[in-house]
Amino acid sequence: MPKDTLIRGPVYVLEDNIDTDLLIPACYLNLVPTIPEEYRKLGSYALAGLPDSFPKYASNPDGSTPYPIVIGGRNFGCGSSREHAPIALGAAGAKAVVAESYARIFFRNSVATGEIFPLESEKRLCGEFKTGDQAEVDIEKGTVTRLSDGAVFTLKPVGAVAPVIAAGGMFAYARQIGMIKR
Amino acid sequence: MTITEKILARESGASIVSPGDNIWVNCGILLTHDVCGPGTIGIFQREFGRDAKVFDREKVVILPDHYIFTADEKAHRNIDILRAFVKEQGLPYYYDPGTDSYCGVCHVALPELGHVRPGETIFGTDSHTCTHGALGAFSTGIGNTDAGFILGAGKLLVKVPPTLRFVLDGEMPPYLSAKDLILQIIGDITVDGATYCAMEFTGSAIAALSIDERCTICNMAVEAGAKNGIIAPDQKTLDYVNARTKKPYEPLFSDPDAKVVSERRYDVSRLEPVVARPHLPDRRALARECRDVKVTQVYIGSCTGGKLEDFVMAAKLMKGRKVAVRTLIVPATRTVEQGLSDTRIDGQSLRSIFESAGVEPIAPPSCAACLGGPYDTFGRTHGKEVVVSTTNRNFIGRMGSKESQIYLASPYTAAATALTGHITDPRDV
Repeated sequence: MPKDTLIRGPVYVLEDNIDTDLLIPACYLNLVPTIPEEYRKLGSYALAGLPDSFPKYASNPDGSTPYPIVIGGRNFGCGSSREHAPIALGAAGAKAVVAESYARIFFRNSVATGEIFPLESEKRLCGEFKTGDQAEVDIEKGTVTRLSDGAVFTLKPVGAVAPVIAAGGMFAYARQIGMIKR
Repeated sequence: MTITEKILARESGASIVSPGDNIWVNCGILLTHDVCGPGTIGIFQREFGRDAKVFDREKVVILPDHYIFTADEKAHRNIDILRAFVKEQGLPYYYDPGTDSYCGVCHVALPELGHVRPGETIFGTDSHTCTHGALGAFSTGIGNTDAGFILGAGKLLVKVPPTLRFVLDGEMPPYLSAKDLILQIIGDITVDGATYCAMEFTGSAIAALSIDERCTICNMAVEAGAKNGIIAPDQKTLDYVNARTKKPYEPLFSDPDAKVVSERRYDVSRLEPVVARPHLPDRRALARECRDVKVTQVYIGSCTGGKLEDFVMAAKLMKGRKVAVRTLIVPATRTVEQGLSDTRIDGQSLRSIFESAGVEPIAPPSCAACLGGPYDTFGRTHGKEVVVSTTNRNFIGRMGSKESQIYLASPYTAAATALTGHITDPRDV
């Protein structure tokens, strides 16, 4: 499905090396993402592995998140291949992660599932935003804007995976280029 | 070309590939387990249709290992999903919990069962699938969606990784192990130092390592962000593989002039036992400099630290001694478990050595507390435990509790620590 490329809302700010155990602790991996009820449940546990000093991410009464944009530092999503990680973010209502760099499998899973946009910022943004700040991500323009003062930060070009992201995931892309039929 | 590039070239039908190329690569083995298998199957059925057949029944291996010995209902439901799919598809390589075919931890079982062959490609729904590069295969972790795609299509879009070469020479000093080598390297290059890259390990010290020890090294390539770890096959590899499979395979090797991004050299004779402090695998420190750290639990198990040789190392130190803290022993597979009884040091079995030392009752093979898991998982942390563990990750909450602290270490260092109750250099006991 085609995704909205303009995302506006409060940001949730993290740091370097946000690993998959922080994104979705292993005790919730008994949930199967392709079962709709369990997909929603995964969303309610997104970032449940963070220390208790962090505000709850999926804090809306219905288990979704008020923060559609997550800001991270280097090596976002390191660790496990659990696709539950980008899925938990997506199921909670996250639309994009903006990080300095990504761990390979998390990035790949984000693209393959089409759950969230894994975007790379030119500079480190962890210190430029506080959790709750309003921001606008414009994927077509490649920018993140801090709405309080209009400061604009640039995103890196998406690169070789652009066609997969544009198609909406691995299956949509493979069908588009005729690699699989149905 | 490097060994990684050559395998990817052959399996994509290209004569030459270069780092950065995006190519469709044929899958030699698709590995999945109980945590990611059900979701993978769900995607396969949703995208290819309920009546779709897998691309090749001989190339799908399902080894449930994560949540086996638990009362968790969904964990059992997930095994049932695997069973139903295996039956429906007629898959020959399924190793069912509760039956004689059950093996245990997939990354130790896969080579044991002869499913890992030099020169082939292996994709697995687990980040530690990079383990199998130890036998000269291209082996990497993927998510459910890519795995669901492979189940139907038999291939995957892969970006060819650039290679970082690590040359390890010199003689291993006593009480140094493969775990120390890979923690040393990760400490040097950091947890994202190999992101997107192949880590190729070579040199006389690698050649001298057993297959178990080589697996320990490649297993943790992903902890530096690598796509795959790989060691060129040698006679030791071929002997190991030929004893376990009759399937033909064709090993590949790096050209002497293959281009690599960087080369790092180590003289292992100069290295000392190390640990990785909480909460990242690159927080390296010398074991002897962490004597002040009192521990409450020692854990020896997992795909990187629960192989037979890991227990031989631990038993060497524990023989005739008593542990000072709660010590958990989790053999990775049933073959390893059997090995605890069959392998002897001066006439005493490893099992008897551990039991005499006062460890907790030895657990049945599975991933157990390596990744926390359901609340009733063996060895899972629930409070402020300080754990020395032979596993591969020490992230916050990794073994269950967010308050617990995990130090990664070799089986020698873990055993030495079990005997004293504080982090201990194995040369000091």
